[in-house]
Amino acid sequence: MTTTPRLDWRTLTMVLALVVIWVVFAVTTEGTFLSPRNLGLLARQMSIVALLASGMVLVIVAGQIDLSVGAMSGLLGAIAAVAATRLGWPVPAAYALAPLLGMAFGALQGTLVARLRIPPFIVTLGGMLVFQGALLGLTRGITVTPPPAFLVVGQTYLPRGLAWGLQAVVMLALVRAAFAVSGAARMRRLLVAASLPLFTAVMDAHAGVPLPVLLLAVVAAALTVVATRTPFGRHLYAIGGNREAAFYAAIPIEQRIVGVFALMGALCGVAGLVLTARVGAATTDAGRMMELDAIAAAVIGGTSLLGGRGSVAGAILGALVMASLDNGMSLLDTEAFWQPILKGAILVAAVAADMAGRGRE
Amino acid sequence: MIPAAGAPRLELIGVTKDFGGVRALDGVSFDLRAGEVHALCGENGAGKSTLLKVLSGFHPAGSWTGTLRVDGADVRLQGIRDAERHGIALIAQELALVPALSVEANLVLGREPVRRGLLQPAVMRQRALDALARVGLQVDPARAVGELGVGQRQLVEIARALSQDARILVLDEPTASLPDSDAQRLLALLGDLRARGTAILYVSHRLDEVARLADRITVLRDGRTVASAPAAELPRDLLITHMVGRPVDDHRPRPARAPGPVALTVRDWTMADPARPWRNAVEGVSFRLHAGEVLGVGGLIGAGRTALLASLFGAARSPVTGSLRLGDAPERAPFRAPREAVAAGLALVNEDRRRQGLVPDASVLDNLSLATLPRFVRRGLLDDRARRSACAEQAESLSVRPADLTPPVVRLSGGNQQKVVLGRWRLAGPRVLLLDEPTRGIDVGARALIHDWLERLCAQGLAVLLVSSDLPELLALSDRVLVLAQGTPTALLDRAEATPEAVLAAATHIPTPEVPA
Repeated sequence: MTTTPRLDWRTLTMVLALVVIWVVFAVTTEGTFLSPRNLGLLARQMSIVALLASGMVLVIVAGQIDLSVGAMSGLLGAIAAVAATRLGWPVPAAYALAPLLGMAFGALQGTLVARLRIPPFIVTLGGMLVFQGALLGLTRGITVTPPPAFLVVGQTYLPRGLAWGLQAVVMLALVRAAFAVSGAARMRRLLVAASLPLFTAVMDAHAGVPLPVLLLAVVAAALTVVATRTPFGRHLYAIGGNREAAFYAAIPIEQRIVGVFALMGALCGVAGLVLTARVGAATTDAGRMMELDAIAAAVIGGTSLLGGRGSVAGAILGALVMASLDNGMSLLDTEAFWQPILKGAILVAAVAADMAGRGRE
Repeated sequence: MIPAAGAPRLELIGVTKDFGGVRALDGVSFDLRAGEVHALCGENGAGKSTLLKVLSGFHPAGSWTGTLRVDGADVRLQGIRDAERHGIALIAQELALVPALSVEANLVLGREPVRRGLLQPAVMRQRALDALARVGLQVDPARAVGELGVGQRQLVEIARALSQDARILVLDEPTASLPDSDAQRLLALLGDLRARGTAILYVSHRLDEVARLADRITVLRDGRTVASAPAAELPRDLLITHMVGRPVDDHRPRPARAPGPVALTVRDWTMADPARPWRNAVEGVSFRLHAGEVLGVGGLIGAGRTALLASLFGAARSPVTGSLRLGDAPERAPFRAPREAVAAGLALVNEDRRRQGLVPDASVLDNLSLATLPRFVRRGLLDDRARRSACAEQAESLSVRPADLTPPVVRLSGGNQQKVVLGRWRLAGPRVLLLDEPTRGIDVGARALIHDWLERLCAQGLAVLLVSSDLPELLALSDRVLVLAQGTPTALLDRAEATPEAVLAAATHIPTPEVPA
């Protein structure tokens, strides 16, 4: 909505960086990286972190941080798995439990931040430890294996007809939206619409569009609308951009902060389900360190840790950059220790580029 | 090195300082002798602070023109430390102490006694005790500065200056934030230091205090020296005349207004001072504001004008008592949050638009609609077309440039940024508009536009409570002027009575109790 040359410049550099990374891996892996099979794998790999990152953007935009999302996802996935096995709940009920419980956990953390004025870093660091401990207590250190029906959300692919049908609907909507705006925004929407068939075709060449990717697309679209087209979303930007101005503009700051943490918690529930279903089991260290991946993805995607700036689409691009690095280096049989080193360097470089870009203004 | 009695310690000759296109000091000359207290007086914005910053090295040599001499020799100060080396110490309003460190650590900060890389606690303690003795302050040097009262902190800072052999002491409103007993103690100390040969430059709005303490007085106005004479030759009313003697120009006479029914009634309004719990920032203020009327609030910086507006808007950070009434609504207790105030029909434009008004990275559109977003929701989503057209209408009526609502508001000029904040509150449709320094730092063109806009709103029945440190502006726009001094109302002047002299006399009417025996 608020299109500015700067945002375009940022998006452009990020897309360029991604293209460079892909080209380098395509060459070094002699094409394996770009094979439909690997791209399908990449899409599935990125989806969990991207789910978390797209919520994390809103948390950071509001000037907050949530360090508990990895641990919370792990815990919620395990709770749902336990409900479906030990308690014998039907799968839909177990599915519904995770985001609802996540929303409650998030709202609790948000309340501590907003009403008791405890810094979010501390609240969610404490939350992370509590959730990790709870996961250990729940599983007693033993992996929980949910029933096959539970694994649908992580392991299935869309039937071909449904995928192309959905895609046609989305393309139509995008083209319509494109002609509602003008200039760069229109070009961007048309570009996304045009690239959709390519994506679906590549996915189809292997096994089809993975369900987690569809889920991610739905969540990302919904969150983009929340961020740009609701008072809640615009208020988050205002609170993070200048909390004092938001206060004087009579924005319900506390309520908004509780809300964004609750939203993040619900997303942790969704991510936890996908995680448990993809792995096929709830392990005791599920989700560990994923909070850092989510924060890094958001930041690489142009979110300012100072608050007030960021977009869901950027965070998803950021998650794609991170997943591409992981995936490409695994293909190359690079020793595992290089992955965090390179990711760390890219993270710092992305922020350095952003600061340099700001300094120029 | 002691110069002959009466020879100037410090001389400023023809000092001129510009900020961008604004001339803050215009050829100011001035001298300060050993063993005298020289008071510097002037209205808000007369250039006092800039002058202090020039001679304390805050504005280094080269950023201004003119000559600065210490003990007869030209000096070019490169910074604050350089000024300290020349024996000049500035005691600013915001004290330069580290609250978490002990008194002794603060006293030797930056010049800690060290031997072989280690601090020497015994030496440090002795130096601290010596320094404290010179200002007659008895506190445990091991206590954290943050635990001390403001008055004690100020003495610690003076002690630090003296222990650095400061022979020229520059104090900016030293008593403004002190309770009376501490203020008396400080004044007595300054008298002592004078007797021992320290040269003291003293800025104060408390004219009674100036009359009691100062040997000589210099008056600044619009960056120029308008009077400099022994204190005995400048009695209070003459002093005030010099301070305000600016012609009320660049303000066109405005059409007469026709005030309507009472829009806001405020009774016994009192707000505690969040930083200084022993006093009130606003005390016992009562007034009525009519629809279509502008009630000006006069007073010096720190008189409680901003505190009054913020507390009426429910944004106070300390307890507020009293009652208010909007139109015919029942009398009620103070609002506890801006949300309540806005819902009741109030709006506040803060004095500091960058810190409190704008979300810099957000678009002009988002900033304009910041307080009214829920109004544009249709079926759960923002109706951007409606929002855009409503905002465009405000931008148009205030001539915001550029007219494009898309760029981040931070790219606009100061005047246009201010228009965005005004437009935001116009959009909220308030019955009472609280304006705090609405034209500060804004160019003449934007200022005239804002004045016209205000006139149109008044004609439509809006009630305005206006704070402006620009006295001619305040007088030109206001139907009546309420004057505050140290939080207390000292006058309510109607249009005919509200002369610059009358406002300033009321604003400086600060009772000074007798020195305790």
